[in-house]
Amino acid sequence: MDAKTGLFYVFALVLLFAAFRVITARNPVHAALYLVLAFFQAAAIWILLKAEFLAITLVLVYVGAVMVLFLFVVMMLDINLDGVRKGFWKHFPLAASVGALIALEMAAVLMGGFRLSEARKPAVLAGQAAAEFSNTKELGKVLYSDYLYPLEIAAVILLVAIIAAIALTLRERKDSKYINPADQVRVKRGDRVSLVKIKPTAAAPAAAAAEEKA
Amino acid sequence: MTLTLGHFLTLGAMLFALSVIGIFLNRKNLIVLLMAIELMLLAVNMNFVAFSYYLNDMAGQIFVFFILTVAAAESAIGLAILVLLFRNKASINVDELNTLKG
Repeated sequence: MDAKTGLFYVFALVLLFAAFRVITARNPVHAALYLVLAFFQAAAIWILLKAEFLAITLVLVYVGAVMVLFLFVVMMLDINLDGVRKGFWKHFPLAASVGALIALEMAAVLMGGFRLSEARKPAVLAGQAAAEFSNTKELGKVLYSDYLYPLEIAAVILLVAIIAAIALTLRERKDSKYINPADQVRVKRGDRVSLVKIKPTAAAPAAAAAEEKA
Repeated sequence: MTLTLGHFLTLGAMLFALSVIGIFLNRKNLIVLLMAIELMLLAVNMNFVAFSYYLNDMAGQIFVFFILTVAAAESAIGLAILVLLFRNKASINVDELNTLKG
């Protein structure tokens, strides 16, 4: 058993423990934090699999963005924990049997074939070339040539997600002093200033006229 | 005893089974349901990366890339809907979401 295998077992055990705590934690904040731990372990395992770029992306995107979003939402909402936890274990027998069925079926399939223990090496990649191999570079080459069109679609999906999330949660407050710039630009003098004719109540002062003459 | 492809696939399968159990258990808590879905996607991504490494095919990692994109979009919209729901109903219990039931 070499060091890589040992590391794999450590990461896998912590990953499974964290996943177990995510689904059973009483406090949703704890569940979110355990999910962060699970993502970190998964990133470590992906580094064992020489997928460095994806491992770093997982930490940046998931731990840095998505999980912070989760934590924000969890802390923003005032959740009634007792109501949420009521009947938590009621579905456990069904859940355990379905989960065991999934695991057993997968095990039955996996026991047969997948005994590959060495990565299949391309003929070109040998010696000095292997040392200069860059996972990120290879990923980028494929991503921006063969998968350019799907990449554009992914960008559009992200844009749609941004707009949808903003449009869903945008709320106009009744008491806000909101000003519409278009109305401001269109305003005319007549809307703001109105001239009122007022009759003079007293006669023009005669003294001033007399002083001018003098 | 060296690592085989089966090790990683087994780990993915166990993670997937755990998240299915989580979806059954957390029937009332929408936030943990979303987290269980994220775990499921992680299990699938684990299989993709393992196959990509052992078969030496970059396409698996490309797929993980797109799955990450879609999962980020999904969780953003899901959380937006969750916030909206909590604003209107003051609860995130899935059982109370029967307005569309007719």
